[in-house]
Amino acid sequence: MTLAPVTATPPSAEFAARVAEVEESAYRARHYALNMGEVQGQGYVGQALGSADMFAAVYRDQLRYRPEDPHWAERDRFLLSTGHYAIGHYAALAEAGIVPVDELDSYGSDDSRLPMSGMASYTPGMEISGGSLGHGLTVAVGMALGLRLQHSPARIFNFLSDGELDEGSTWEAAMGAHHHRLGNLTALVDMNALQADGATRTVLGIEPAEEKWASFGWYTQRVDGNSAQALLTALDTIADRAGATAQPSVILCDTKVGKGVPLLEQREKAHFMRIEEHEWQICREQLTAGHEGKASA
Amino acid sequence: MSTTSEAPDTTTATKPKLKTSAMIASFADPGQRTAPAPFGHALVAAAEADPRIVGLTADLGKYTDMHVFAKAFPDRFFQMGMAEQLLIGAAAGMAETGMIPFASTYAVFAARRAYDFLCLDIAEPNLNVNVVGGLPGLTTGYGPSHQATEDMAIFRGMPNLTIIDPCDSVDIEQAVPQLAASPGPSYLRLLRGNVPTVLDEYDYTFELGKAKQLRPGTDVLFISSGLMTMRALQAAEQLAAHHVDVAVVHSPTIKPFDTTTILDELQQDRLVVTLENHTEVGGLFEAVAGVAVRAGSGRRIVPVALPDRFLDAGALPTLHERYGLSTNRIVQRVLAELSRDGAP
Repeated sequence: MTLAPVTATPPSAEFAARVAEVEESAYRARHYALNMGEVQGQGYVGQALGSADMFAAVYRDQLRYRPEDPHWAERDRFLLSTGHYAIGHYAALAEAGIVPVDELDSYGSDDSRLPMSGMASYTPGMEISGGSLGHGLTVAVGMALGLRLQHSPARIFNFLSDGELDEGSTWEAAMGAHHHRLGNLTALVDMNALQADGATRTVLGIEPAEEKWASFGWYTQRVDGNSAQALLTALDTIADRAGATAQPSVILCDTKVGKGVPLLEQREKAHFMRIEEHEWQICREQLTAGHEGKASA
Repeated sequence: MSTTSEAPDTTTATKPKLKTSAMIASFADPGQRTAPAPFGHALVAAAEADPRIVGLTADLGKYTDMHVFAKAFPDRFFQMGMAEQLLIGAAAGMAETGMIPFASTYAVFAARRAYDFLCLDIAEPNLNVNVVGGLPGLTTGYGPSHQATEDMAIFRGMPNLTIIDPCDSVDIEQAVPQLAASPGPSYLRLLRGNVPTVLDEYDYTFELGKAKQLRPGTDVLFISSGLMTMRALQAAEQLAAHHVDVAVVHSPTIKPFDTTTILDELQQDRLVVTLENHTEVGGLFEAVAGVAVRAGSGRRIVPVALPDRFLDAGALPTLHERYGLSTNRIVQRVLAELSRDGAP
């Protein structure tokens, strides 16, 4: 098994700047998610807040794309397998300049390009229609094969959740990616320990997840998914290996549902979190206060 | 359970030789002209013309004639293992990057194990992925685990999906390049191995989305698909000896269905019989019936199809006879229907 190396030397100024950029981007994305959630009065806000750092690390720091040309052939692919995380993905797409920030208010509304569950045919920058869980990694394997066959330098990132590790198809794909030596494929798993019927450990235990992925032949790292520094370190490790290895990589990201908003972090965990009308402003204020406190700390 | 106290006869000399499913696994008639692995060879020919074509299989390359392609284009062939969800999901991903995948497995697995992946990853984004399902309907004696008697019923409800039920090697050879050139997804009911060659004796070419009349007739109209067109033609010949004049219309495209041709054929006052290698639920019979009813026709249509139940294991000729797909049973059925209606 391979785990994230411990960084002995202090991070460089350049690395610190990258971390700060990701943190700022995640902070803005969390505000976008709260605003989108308020329009609907509910939604997958807990997941969006929990995974904002993962989206920001990839979109801000790793992906090669052209905002004005979402179908650019040489773009890196980001596949959202967990369709209900679309709210977090839209926030990231707004940060990436692919979806206008003004459009986010239409989230989940009739005729919006931003449906509640992500669909490729609706939204620029949305590569696949996720939502039927356990699909994303199988499609990612095909994209990785197809792009390699065409000698494309593009990388494929597949975002999935710990609940999706219940699906047998995820493990079919994990085997296939290793067998076909897909070094251009990275999976990011949101280990938020929550799925529809409750805590992941009570629904269908998936631990020890690192051992599972490693035994399937993946380069496996497990990190604090709410730490931009940890995420970038893990992503850098993968990028450094990419040229020399044909091994797929996975980052298991332990995250906290509702991260950044104490009111929601402490609320009973629910797949579909209910937030009262008067609470949205409290959430925003808590998010801002926490970010400013961290920034001044 | 026997309650007799007499000892059973265990001498082999008196036992009749048993007919087994392994002995007779082909639906080709003895001495019939056949072509070897027409799908595999057609895919190679198409791939020579179009570098975007790739082949995938789920541990059934040898049994779906995909091995022919794998040998010709090893770099464009992808073995996905016995993992049908990965097979179909990965085919979608390859199509997303601009390739034209042909993905083969058995029809039972394509329809029953990988439906959600075909539906959401391929059909919804309308990708050019061509799923090739071996052993459609009753083309194996292995029982319900291998007999895809309801594959067309399952797939007809899927938007965007083209469904092809070819009759013979001619249909397969001509369908493959057309499916590769056609933008959306398709499901091809594969006939594998030494496949009968039948349609070259008629003025016929396969045309995606079209039904074609193979022979005219004034008393009975056969509308058939798949290998049942071969049987329909044989039955029509035999019925001629009974002074029954039978027209045969072959409709290899089950979806989108050629409503125009079928409606045109239904205009004449003839006994209408549909013939399909599939359950009577949700296949050709219901497609034809749907066309007729929508047009306001209340006429009776007789289905020659598999019954709505799980079928027996056994040798194919035995089973085709048992379930009414044999030429002999078709002839009997038509004569019985005509005497019911009054002789022509």
